[in-house]
Amino acid sequence: VKVLLRNPKREVEEAGPVRVHALLDRLGIHRETVLVISNGALVTGDSLLLDTDIVEVRPVISGGA
Amino acid sequence: MTNPGMKCMVCKQPAVIDLPRHNAKFCGEHFSNFCREQTAKAIRHHDMMQLTDRVLVAVSGGKDSLALWDLLLALGYQADGLYIGLGIGEYSDESGQYSQRFADARGLKLHTVDLRGTYGFDVPTAAATMKRVPCSSCGVSKRHIFDSYAVEHGYDVVVTGHNLDDEAAVLFGNALHWEMEYLARQRPVLPARDGMPKKAKPLVRLAEREMAAYCIVNSIDYQVEECPMAAGNRHLGYKEALNLIEAQSPGTKHQYYHGFLDRLAPVLADTAADRGDLGRCERCGAATTAGICSFCRISAATNGVNPVSIEVVISRTRGSKKSTASKGPAR
Repeated sequence: VKVLLRNPKREVEEAGPVRVHALLDRLGIHRETVLVISNGALVTGDSLLLDTDIVEVRPVISGGA
Repeated sequence: MTNPGMKCMVCKQPAVIDLPRHNAKFCGEHFSNFCREQTAKAIRHHDMMQLTDRVLVAVSGGKDSLALWDLLLALGYQADGLYIGLGIGEYSDESGQYSQRFADARGLKLHTVDLRGTYGFDVPTAAATMKRVPCSSCGVSKRHIFDSYAVEHGYDVVVTGHNLDDEAAVLFGNALHWEMEYLARQRPVLPARDGMPKKAKPLVRLAEREMAAYCIVNSIDYQVEECPMAAGNRHLGYKEALNLIEAQSPGTKHQYYHGFLDRLAPVLADTAADRGDLGRCERCGAATTAGICSFCRISAATNGVNPVSIEVVISRTRGSKKSTASKGPAR
């Protein structure tokens, strides 16, 4: 699974198949702080990601005035 | 191809989001319906506005303000936007472009005010001059301009995209330090008063993650990058702490904030902390508790000061965290 991460922007490869929640746990990312977009579509935590998927882990926490 | 997991609880099609605090799963269409219902419920419950009101949306180009604008239009409100160019380098340039593209694509009216062009300073220069964290000068500037613009242009209410996470984090910070005056004022709607417009936060029933999801589901292109000057502020720390609790006990943020509104806010409204009479700023006439308002103090202090770069401010802020007021006064 190709995973695109932000802050800083980077790309990592993770072995599939893997559930979204398991992938986030593996990456040490809190579920409440991100959305996961697979091949352009929003997916839920129990969705199964395959080796061929391109996944964006998008942060959702803002902290301005 | 990803194998979809859970099903929408309404139509049984593949879900795109699960909301543990509601024990709910939705497809895109029914999630959007949910967001509209929650927004309408907040507006109705807190008597935020009427369909005949002229509404001014405080637009930043981020997920919350663009989702809010979209939701209000879907609910039938007449809403224009106001974007403020804060002078935070490329970040501000891009946020303005996202806001304008959103408005243009829908044929909406977006007003724009450039902080340096109109008032002679920008947020980095203000932060450096006032020796405060950037979010403090930024918040003061935005509140002053949104308020004065709404009054001058005859809008009935200013709405901001503060969501449940924002409000729970502010409440957490205010309660940690027992800021009674701020607690007394922390309500999702504030009536027009002393020359200030009515202000409302229609997203207080929706979480930050839900607003980002609403944008993705509805193809709203928003600025994902965070303000470079906000990184590491106290407000983000409060959100992180609350999210750890939320993971253990879904619904805690909602219970905390809406429990406060139901049980403690009415008590605080009767306290002396909320009764202070406001005077008028000697320079601009805005409501203030001091002789000169915070915005005019920044304006006076930065008069003649050369522009300061973002990098300089960030390095100073991280070097000495002297003060934080990330989402502080007047909220």
